[in-house]
Amino acid sequence: MNPVDYGDVQGLAAYAFGKLVEASYLLLRIRDSAAARAWIAAAPVTTAEPRDPPPDTALQIAFTPAGLRALGLPETAISGFSAEFLDGMAGSANRSRRLGDIGANDPANWLWGGPGIAADLIVMFFAMRNLDQWRQTVQTTPWDDAFETISTLTTSNMGGVEPFGFIDGINQPVFDWKREQAAPQNTVSFDNRVALGELLLGYPNEYDKYTDRPLLDPTAEAAGLLPAEDQPARRDLGLNGAYLVVRQLEQDVRGFWQYLAAAAGEDSQERYRLGAAFVGRTLDGAPLIPPTGETVAGITEKPGQPRNSFTYDSDLRGAKCPLGAHIRRANPRNADLFGNPSGFIARLGSQLAIPRPQVGEDLIASTRFHRILRRGREYGEKLSPEDALEPAPSSEAPRGIHFACIGANISRQFEFVQNAWLMSTKFNGLTEESDPLLGNRAAVGDCPVTGFFSIPRDGKAARRLTGIPQFITVRGGGYFFLPSLRALRYIARAGQTPA
Amino acid sequence: MTPQSSFMIVAPIRPNRIGALRELLATMNLKPGVANPDNGLVPFGRFENLHFARFVVLDDQTTGDIETLYGVHRPTPPIYLAFLGDFDGSYDSFLDSLVERAASGLRRIFAFCEGFSQGDDLRRWMAAQERRPATYYCNWVGRTVLQTREEEQLRRALRGYLDRSPAVADREALTVHETLRGFVQKEEAAGNLSLTPTAATPFAFTARHLFDWVLLVLLVVAGVVTLPLTLIPLLLLAWKVRSLEKSDPEMAPPTDPQWAAQLYALEDYGISNQFSAMGTLKPGWVRAFVMASVLWIIDLTARTIYTRGRLARVDTIHFARWVYLDNRTRVYFASNYDGSLESYMDDFINKVGFGLNVVFCNGVGYPRTEWLLLKGSSDEQKFKYFLRRHELPTEVWYDAHAGLTAINLQRNALIRHGLEKTSLTERQAREWVELIR
Repeated sequence: MNPVDYGDVQGLAAYAFGKLVEASYLLLRIRDSAAARAWIAAAPVTTAEPRDPPPDTALQIAFTPAGLRALGLPETAISGFSAEFLDGMAGSANRSRRLGDIGANDPANWLWGGPGIAADLIVMFFAMRNLDQWRQTVQTTPWDDAFETISTLTTSNMGGVEPFGFIDGINQPVFDWKREQAAPQNTVSFDNRVALGELLLGYPNEYDKYTDRPLLDPTAEAAGLLPAEDQPARRDLGLNGAYLVVRQLEQDVRGFWQYLAAAAGEDSQERYRLGAAFVGRTLDGAPLIPPTGETVAGITEKPGQPRNSFTYDSDLRGAKCPLGAHIRRANPRNADLFGNPSGFIARLGSQLAIPRPQVGEDLIASTRFHRILRRGREYGEKLSPEDALEPAPSSEAPRGIHFACIGANISRQFEFVQNAWLMSTKFNGLTEESDPLLGNRAAVGDCPVTGFFSIPRDGKAARRLTGIPQFITVRGGGYFFLPSLRALRYIARAGQTPA
Repeated sequence: MTPQSSFMIVAPIRPNRIGALRELLATMNLKPGVANPDNGLVPFGRFENLHFARFVVLDDQTTGDIETLYGVHRPTPPIYLAFLGDFDGSYDSFLDSLVERAASGLRRIFAFCEGFSQGDDLRRWMAAQERRPATYYCNWVGRTVLQTREEEQLRRALRGYLDRSPAVADREALTVHETLRGFVQKEEAAGNLSLTPTAATPFAFTARHLFDWVLLVLLVVAGVVTLPLTLIPLLLLAWKVRSLEKSDPEMAPPTDPQWAAQLYALEDYGISNQFSAMGTLKPGWVRAFVMASVLWIIDLTARTIYTRGRLARVDTIHFARWVYLDNRTRVYFASNYDGSLESYMDDFINKVGFGLNVVFCNGVGYPRTEWLLLKGSSDEQKFKYFLRRHELPTEVWYDAHAGLTAINLQRNALIRHGLEKTSLTERQAREWVELIR
C-alpha cells in the first residue's frame, strides 16, 4: 500500500487554511488555451505537504469539464470522470429538482455557473494579509491573454461564525491519511473516521473499492502520472485529486432573525432557543444533545469544551434535538446497523429487522458513505442577530457563504446529503418540512406547504413553527475537479501534443 | 381488513408500432412519466381503490448479454407492453371496474398489441394476458387507499387544531387525547372528517394467511430436522454455486449518458418514484433453482413476517414485485418507492445488500458475489451501473398518495389507531401525542 505523497495533493484537501483569513476565488473562462496552459504550468500551487512555518499564502486550481476540454485534454481522459461532474451542477432539470435548485434557486437566475455563464476553472487565492497585492504577483503574464473573469467571489472573515451568527465548521470527518484502517463492514456504532478514498481519488473508499476516475494508457505524455494502485498498467489521472463543489449561498440574515423574533414573541431568549432548534447547536456551538461523556471514534475534543462527542441514538424522537435540525440532517451520525447490536444473534436481528425497530429508529443509516469535507468561506458584511432585527438600509450588499466541499464522489456525498437529507421534506420520518436553513419551501407532490418546522417535546405534542420563509438562496454553483500536482502538470502539457 | 392485490397485463407490441404506442401513452401524462389522474384513456384517479399503476414498454436493451457473455443463442424475445398496478380488494372486481371505466381507452392502447382485435371481449383478453408475480411485496397489508386519504386528513386536522390552540398542545398527554377525541367526533358529525371502519377480512385471506404462517414455521422446523439428510446436497449446491460465481462474467459498464438522461427525465417530480427493470437469468439449472427458491421464500416472508411497513430493513417501498417472463428465462422487477433512485440504491446496498445479491446475482452480468450473499452490491458503482443499464423507462406512472411516504402513512395509521382507543395509559398517551407532527 503506497503512502500518500502529500506534495502531490492540493492543500485544500488537507487544510482549511484557517490562518489565511483573506480569500477570493476567480471564476474564469479560458480565452487562449496555449496561454492558459503556460500560466497553469508555472502556477505556484500550494500542496498538502506540511510546512514549518506554514505558508502565508495559498493558491488552488480546479477545472470544470469545459475547462479541461478547452485546455485540449483528450475526450478519452475526460469521459473517465464521474457522470455528475460531466453533467455539471446545473446540467439537467432532474439534478436541479434533486438539489432543490428550483424556484428562486433556479440556475437560470444564478450569477455564475448557470446556463451560458459556466466557468472553465476556478482559481482560489488565500492569504494571511495583503491578498490583492499577492494576487497581482501571481496573475502575471500570460494571465491576461489566458483568462477572462466571469465572476470574482470575494470573502470576508467573520471569525469562524457564519452570517446567521452560529459558529460553523465544528465537526468534519477525519480522513485516514496514513491508510491505517481496513474498510469496516456492518458497523454498529458511529465512527467519525472515513477511508481516504472518500476524499481523494485513487484510494479505496468506504466500500473498499476504487472510485471510477480517468485511467490513461501509459503514453509518453502520461509518463508523469503515477500508476493506478488497482490497475498498475494504467496511469491514474485522478490519483491525489478530488472533486470540489462550490455553491454561492446568499443568506437573508434579517429575514432569519425577524422570523424567529416574530415566532418567539417578546422573549429574546426564546428567539435564540428557536434559532438553536433550527441549527441543532446554540450560537456558540454547543450541541443540543448534551455530550454524555461517551467517546465517539474519531472525535477529539478541546478540553472542557465538548462539542462533538454525541450521536442521536439516545434521542430517536427528537425531544433533545429536533429531528429536522440542520446539523442532524447534514450528519445523522449513525452506523450501518441500528440499535447498537452486540453479538451474532443481535446483529442478525438488526440486519433482518426482527424484532421491528422502534418508531423513529432505523429511518436513516450508514452515514459513513455520505460525508463531506467542508471548506466554505463567508462573504458580505457581518450583521449581529440583534442588529438583524432592524429594517434593512435602502441598499444593502448581500451576504452569505461560498459553500465549498471536497470529496471523491459528488453523487454519493454532496448530492446525497443535499437531496436525501437536507432538501428532503421527509427526512427522518418528517412530513412537510425542509431544512430550516437551506429549504426552498417548494411544494412537493400533493404536499403544497413545506415551510413547517416541528420541535418534538417529551411526552407532549410537538411544537410546530409555520410559514417559514426561504432564508437561503442559491446564487451560483459548479462542480470542479481539483487535480493533483502531477495531474495539473499533465493537464498543462496534454493539449500541446497535436491530436 | 381489505387485502391488497395486483394485476399485470403483458402483451407483445405489434412490430413497428412501438413509437406510435409511446406517443399515445405520453398523452396520458402531466409531466414526463407522471400520469394525469384524469387522463382520457385510463382515468386512474377515478379508481378509488387503486394505489399505483404504470404502463411500461418491456424493451430490455440487455437481452443480447447472454449471447455475448455465455454464447447462448436464443431467439429475440418480443417487446411487450405491460400494464400493472396495485389495488385494494379482489382481482375480479378490479378488472370489472377497469372495463367499466376505461374500456375505450384500454382498447385504443391494446390495439397496438398482437392478438388483440376490437371485436375481442376486453375483460377476457386482459385476464388471459395476466402474469402473476413470483414475489409480491405490499408495505402494509390491509391499508386501503381510502384509509390513507382519511388518515392524512385526520393528521392535518389534528395538527391544525394543535397549531391553533397551543394551550391545548401544552396540556398533559391524556387530556390532549381526550380533547382531540372530542374534536374529531364533532368534525365527523359536521361531515369534515370521516374514518371509515375497517371492512371484514375475507375468509379466504385469513385462511391463506394462517396457512402461510404454518408453512413458514414448518419450513424452519423441517429445515432443522432434516438437516442431517439435506446437509450434503446443500453443500454440493453451495460448492456448485461458488464455482459458478468464480467464472460468471460481469457486465456493468458506466451508464450511457443519453440513456441516463432519458431515465432521469422521468424521475423526482414528487417524493416517491417508480422503478422498472428487466434482465435475463444466467443459464443452467443451478441459477434457475436458486432464483425460484429465493423468490418463493421472499414472497412467503412478505406474506408473513414483513406485512407491516418494512421489507427486512427497507421501509421506503410501497409495493414491489418480481415477475417471470418468457418461460422463466427473463425477470421483470417493479417497485414504487420513496426518495430518489440514487438514495434508494444506497439504502438498498447498505441495508439489504445481501437480499439484493441473493436475487439479482442470478441475473446475467451482476457484479460478482461470494456465497450468494456477500460482495455483489457492495461494489457500489458497478451495482448502480448494473441497475441503470437494466432499468426501463416507465412511460406512465400513477401514484394515489403523492406527497406521502410509506413512513408518513404508517405514522398516520398509528395516530388514527391511538385516537380510536377510548382509554390509554399515560405512557401510551405520551407516545401517541408525540406522533402528531
